[in-house]
Amino acid sequence: MNDVIQANGLTKIYPAGKDRLPLCAVDGIDFTVHPGEVFGFLGPNGAGKTTTIRMLTGLTHPTSGSAHILDFNLLRDVTRIKKHIGVVPEASNLYDELTAFDNLVFCMQLYGVPRQERKACAEALLERFRLGEKRDVLFAKLSRGMKRALTVAAALAHRPPLIFLDEPTTGLDVMNARNLRQMIAGMSDEGVTVFLTTHYLEEAERLCDRIAVIVKGRIVALDTVDGLKAGSQDKTIVEVTLADSDGRQERKRLECNDGVESTIQRALAEANGQRVLAVNTLRPSLEDVFVQLTGLSSEVMLVEKGGKGGSNVDG
Amino acid sequence: MLTDDLRGMFYIALKDLRAYYFKPPNISWGILFPFAFVLAFAIRNPGETRDLVPGLLGLTILFGTSSMEAIVIVFERRIGSLERLMLAPISLAALMGGKLLGGMFFGLTVTGVVLAVALAVFGAVGVNWLLLILALLLAAAAFSALGAFVSVSVREVFEAQTLANFIRFPMMFLGGVFIPVAAMPLSLQVVARLLPLTYAVEALRAALNDGSWGTAWMDVAVLAGFAVVLFALAVRVLGRRTD
Repeated sequence: MNDVIQANGLTKIYPAGKDRLPLCAVDGIDFTVHPGEVFGFLGPNGAGKTTTIRMLTGLTHPTSGSAHILDFNLLRDVTRIKKHIGVVPEASNLYDELTAFDNLVFCMQLYGVPRQERKACAEALLERFRLGEKRDVLFAKLSRGMKRALTVAAALAHRPPLIFLDEPTTGLDVMNARNLRQMIAGMSDEGVTVFLTTHYLEEAERLCDRIAVIVKGRIVALDTVDGLKAGSQDKTIVEVTLADSDGRQERKRLECNDGVESTIQRALAEANGQRVLAVNTLRPSLEDVFVQLTGLSSEVMLVEKGGKGGSNVDG
Repeated sequence: MLTDDLRGMFYIALKDLRAYYFKPPNISWGILFPFAFVLAFAIRNPGETRDLVPGLLGLTILFGTSSMEAIVIVFERRIGSLERLMLAPISLAALMGGKLLGGMFFGLTVTGVVLAVALAVFGAVGVNWLLLILALLLAAAAFSALGAFVSVSVREVFEAQTLANFIRFPMMFLGGVFIPVAAMPLSLQVVARLLPLTYAVEALRAALNDGSWGTAWMDVAVLAGFAVVLFALAVRVLGRRTD
């Protein structure tokens, strides 16, 4: 099967306005997304994540470059593409004046889901997203987490094979974020391809098969989580916990310059008769990789985003 | 593609009618506002009340179609739900067509109530029904497109309301509702000829009063022209603003 997304030299330049200079939001990016994978798109604020999603979903025209989505040409077949994708925008944008059920039915009507399937499909989605009891509650009256879940459900209402999730868990509490992540994992298990942008590195690490890191409109790295870590300039550390004859403990850390095994042997040789209590290998985290690539820390990203510098990812 | 567009238009209109239009304050405002105006004039000139009916219908359809239409699109853009419609597999024209249909249907509904009252009071003898229906439909389309154009031209709801009133209130007094255009000074007659309400009122007057097509065919043609041009402008501006 062909790649679900193939982007070639995708570029978006916003022209100069009254009070602004021309802005190159996305600068010639190339990437592919494979069928059924969760593809993470990471980057600091203003890096070009949302602009990329807007181009791929037909909301804004690329200045140059091309893309094929589900084998349709983005520049020629945008309406066909729209029929086969689901989009969860950063803000939950269903209709306050309609109930949870009516919102889902409206989405199905727009996408041409047959009339006889709508009711059962909407009710199944409400159950799946734990909103069955809120069927007849107005969207305006739902909690933030429920609104988010319903927005994701609405994106799946016409059963698209590809879904774009733009910061899906931002602003959610730990429980709601956890539920939503389970739902995203569930989509992937069902064969839906997921294009995910997030500020939460732990979330990306947990959910994504591959990750692209975008900085100032350019993709600076694209690999699996393990691949990104392996390519990190930070070296794996061997940490040895030793105890002397009086029971005092000491930790030694050695950089793996010539392989983990030989570093462990070197650490043991340097123990000088002390008891070895534990040997651990510490690999660079995704955050370490991200900091190297972007020059930012994850805390800075969250503060930029208006967060508290923490994460909604539970242990 | 055409099927998708037509289906999208229908459901967007239906959603707008449920979510925004058919709310008690909207219905009461749509009906009471023109009656209040006519009542004020009727008290002053009781013998001329029947002459005010075409203008009353014109006013009702102007305010019925454009009041909410001028707000809906800018409101949905502010809260992000317009983007949901733009992600649907329909053309921008179909999206706008759905918005237009919603405004038209509501305007025609409240105008239908006012028309029923007027016919009950003054009788329906000599009414040119074909011309009446054509005039009402095209006026609804033109005013709804005007509301849509206002809505896509601004960024805030209050700006939409201000701009809509800036256009509608002068039109109310210069569109031949209370004073026939022919009785106005020449300079104001020129201005009146630039306003869609003038043509709506003239066509409605012809349909209700003498039943003859006379020059009314030109009025309906101009109304159709206003509808097409304003609709095309609204689609174009929306496309530019959202890219």
